[in-house]
Amino acid sequence: MSMALQLRNLRKSFGALKVTDDVSLDVARGELHAIIGPNGAGKTTLIHQISGIAASDDGRILFEGEDVTALAMHQRVVRGLARSFQITSILPGFTALENVAMAVQAREGTSFSFFGDPAREEALTAPAMEALAIVNLEARADIPSGELSHGEKRQLELAIALATQPKMLLLDEPLAGTGREESERVVATLKSLKGHYTILLIEHDMEAVFALADRVSVLVYGRIIASGPPDQVRADPEVRKAYLGEEA
Amino acid sequence: MYTTLIAVQTLNGLQLGIILFLIAAGLTLVFGVMDFINLAHGVQYMVGAYFAFTFTALTGSFTLGLLLALPAALIVGLILEVLVFRHLYDRDHLEQVLATFGIILFLNQGVKVVWGASPLYVPVPELLQGSIQIFEGFFYPIYRLAIIGAGLGVAALLYFLVSYTRAGMLVRAGATNARMVSALGIDIRRLFMVVFGFGAMLAGFAGAMVAPILSVEPGMGDNLLILAFVVIVIGGIGSIRGAFIAALLIGLVDTLGRGFATDILRLVMDPSAASQTGRAIAPMLIYILMALVLIFRPSGLFPVKR
Amino acid sequence: MQQSAPAKPASETAPAAPATLSAAPRFRAAHVAVPFLLFTLFAILPAFAQFGAEGYILSLVMRVMIFAIAAMSLDLILGYGAMVSFGHAAFIGIGAYGAGILMRHTVDDFFIQLGAALGASALFALATGALSLRTKGVYFIMITLAFGQMGFFFFVSLAAYGGDDGMTLRTTPQIFGQDWLAHRHFLYYLIFACMLGVYFLLRAIVRSRFGRVLRGAKENPVRMQAIGFSPYRFQLAAYVIAGTICGLAGFLLAHQTEFIAPAFMTWQRSGELIVMVVLGGMGTLHGAIIGAAAFLILEEMLSRITQDWKLIFGPFLVLVALFARGGIMGFLRRWGLK
Repeated sequence: MSMALQLRNLRKSFGALKVTDDVSLDVARGELHAIIGPNGAGKTTLIHQISGIAASDDGRILFEGEDVTALAMHQRVVRGLARSFQITSILPGFTALENVAMAVQAREGTSFSFFGDPAREEALTAPAMEALAIVNLEARADIPSGELSHGEKRQLELAIALATQPKMLLLDEPLAGTGREESERVVATLKSLKGHYTILLIEHDMEAVFALADRVSVLVYGRIIASGPPDQVRADPEVRKAYLGEEA
Repeated sequence: MYTTLIAVQTLNGLQLGIILFLIAAGLTLVFGVMDFINLAHGVQYMVGAYFAFTFTALTGSFTLGLLLALPAALIVGLILEVLVFRHLYDRDHLEQVLATFGIILFLNQGVKVVWGASPLYVPVPELLQGSIQIFEGFFYPIYRLAIIGAGLGVAALLYFLVSYTRAGMLVRAGATNARMVSALGIDIRRLFMVVFGFGAMLAGFAGAMVAPILSVEPGMGDNLLILAFVVIVIGGIGSIRGAFIAALLIGLVDTLGRGFATDILRLVMDPSAASQTGRAIAPMLIYILMALVLIFRPSGLFPVKR
Repeated sequence: MQQSAPAKPASETAPAAPATLSAAPRFRAAHVAVPFLLFTLFAILPAFAQFGAEGYILSLVMRVMIFAIAAMSLDLILGYGAMVSFGHAAFIGIGAYGAGILMRHTVDDFFIQLGAALGASALFALATGALSLRTKGVYFIMITLAFGQMGFFFFVSLAAYGGDDGMTLRTTPQIFGQDWLAHRHFLYYLIFACMLGVYFLLRAIVRSRFGRVLRGAKENPVRMQAIGFSPYRFQLAAYVIAGTICGLAGFLLAHQTEFIAPAFMTWQRSGELIVMVVLGGMGTLHGAIIGAAAFLILEEMLSRITQDWKLIFGPFLVLVALFARGGIMGFLRRWGLK
């Protein structure tokens, strides 16, 4: 099985606090790999390191066999590594469609074009509408994204990530703060994406994680204490003690 | 002979550096703690000089004049804080620039209306008149030495206040992470007001101290303001220590550069080219220095914020 | 920064979706009607100026249009790119000296002078922008200030071209060997055409693919990187465009006043340009024109009432900062065009 993402001995500290402590992890191509762990386990920091927002103190990140450790975030995106944010990060002054079209523009043609109206460019809007359709937001395309509901913004994040035509998605708690109905919709979307993309999913919602993931890794205090198929991880005594026991 | 010239220029540079530090200290705290761009800090220096003039003339004593100028400068600072600044702390930098720019216009014109447009002179206090021989053939004005001494004293006091008092601790914490301080349940508004008033008073003190050696005139704070900005940016915004080191650095580089750039260039150029280039480069030196610092250390020499 | 997002005012007053939809065309109407009115006014003004103090009115309005060009160029980087440059007046000086220095050496062809002025401005913008954009926020404000001051002191030191005092331009440049610029109305409409051209050029730029990236990087730079953009190159290109256009304003100013001096490029001048943009309303372009006009005309009117006009103008700026969010255009949007 060929690997999409390989982490080798990744480390990151803030002062004396080891947030990522010697993390090594393989994500196979086409797999949906979930990372769970209690609050403060360093999940978001790990995503920041993989996506390139935060630099790693030590260790290597290989994406599709290429060492991307030293690349900036935008260079990793161009290579097919897209992400969503735990705290919604969109362009609130732009419409939903424009948000997605911007991502299309990043890979489609040049952006050093000083004339013409990109809103009329079929090459930008058509793929953007497709991405909006995947997350069921076509009807809201022309609404300024700052005015969308919270759940819709979460969906929009996903559409933006998809529009970059990624090989792999890093999803940082796509269900965070969504209501029951909205979260069901997001889970359905994720199910439809599964298999088409390699996905690394961070999520608090256990029910969703065990329903979606091919494999699960448990991160506690910056270390991976268990990794494997959902049922095996659920049964792991150390995991029960460190994490699931807390929840119950 | 040349040694004397270097010694004089070095002391002049130190003296400018000390004055810059007094202005920059308040500016860097206001900047670091409140994230507030106060262009009007330079006019507070000017106001201090004018108060020193008036109170010295009224009391006949520079010491009394200086002592009265301090609370007066503090009051002006507090009035501005209450009327204008406190409403702008959580606003955009641009709105702060707009408002404080307006205050510059107002106060520069205001002193013209009250004191007239022509420069005013404050006599050097009798006790500090004349020069002192520092070494064989080298005399230096006592008053300028007094400025250096007083400035170092204030710097030491400031260092003590910021390092060892509760208010100082809050200021340091505020410069690193303002949200955390307010989360601790501290009345951040009062802290801001104290910091602001204190900064205004320091600038006023600087203005009062230089009144006997410079002419007191409208707009005298404008160029000092820019120099103070250069200082706090090189030092790292919010850092008192950085402001101190950068202020001395800027004072020395500017003074020695203006004094000796031409002479130094003469070593590698013919005299007329050297004097032309020297005149061009000398006033630019500190800005070149600042650009270099920012290019290699984009957050200054002693960055405070993470 | 997020508070100034253009969509906000509509949503604050009307949360319901239908209301926001109807707000959009109204917003667009302001963007067509206001510039149209403005430009018509500038176009027909010379016909009416002859009934007043013609020379005085024309030169005031020419000044307004020149500073409108400078303010619009600043609006491109400040209002659309969130790059607060505190050294923008340097380009006015470089453009003006580009014209003046050549004139001094008897190079009096209009187009050669223009090319030199724009070229020098573009080069200065490229060099200083490439360095400045490595810093962020307040440090960017300060490093642009430093470069502006360097330019100022450089021209002060040029004794051959008048040093501190500057110098008077005794002749006008030739266009195709003709002395057209000596005619006041020709100069007026030349400046008018430049302003119009700059307005439509910048309007096209901010709506283009390039402009979208620039505006996106203003709203959320992290998001832009997360979809694969590196904002630096776009910001630098915008900085060079803005600097070059501001150089054009300086070039026109030199020929309009027949005078050049380092005083064109003091930090106070840079501050005034910022004031014009913020006063008119950032990120609207025609707001920059209105801001420049309001600033210069108010200055002119107040100084006729009292020589202490700054006592009124200063507090006025404070009030604008405190109460008129979004400047004059924001004010119009809230009240005038309801």
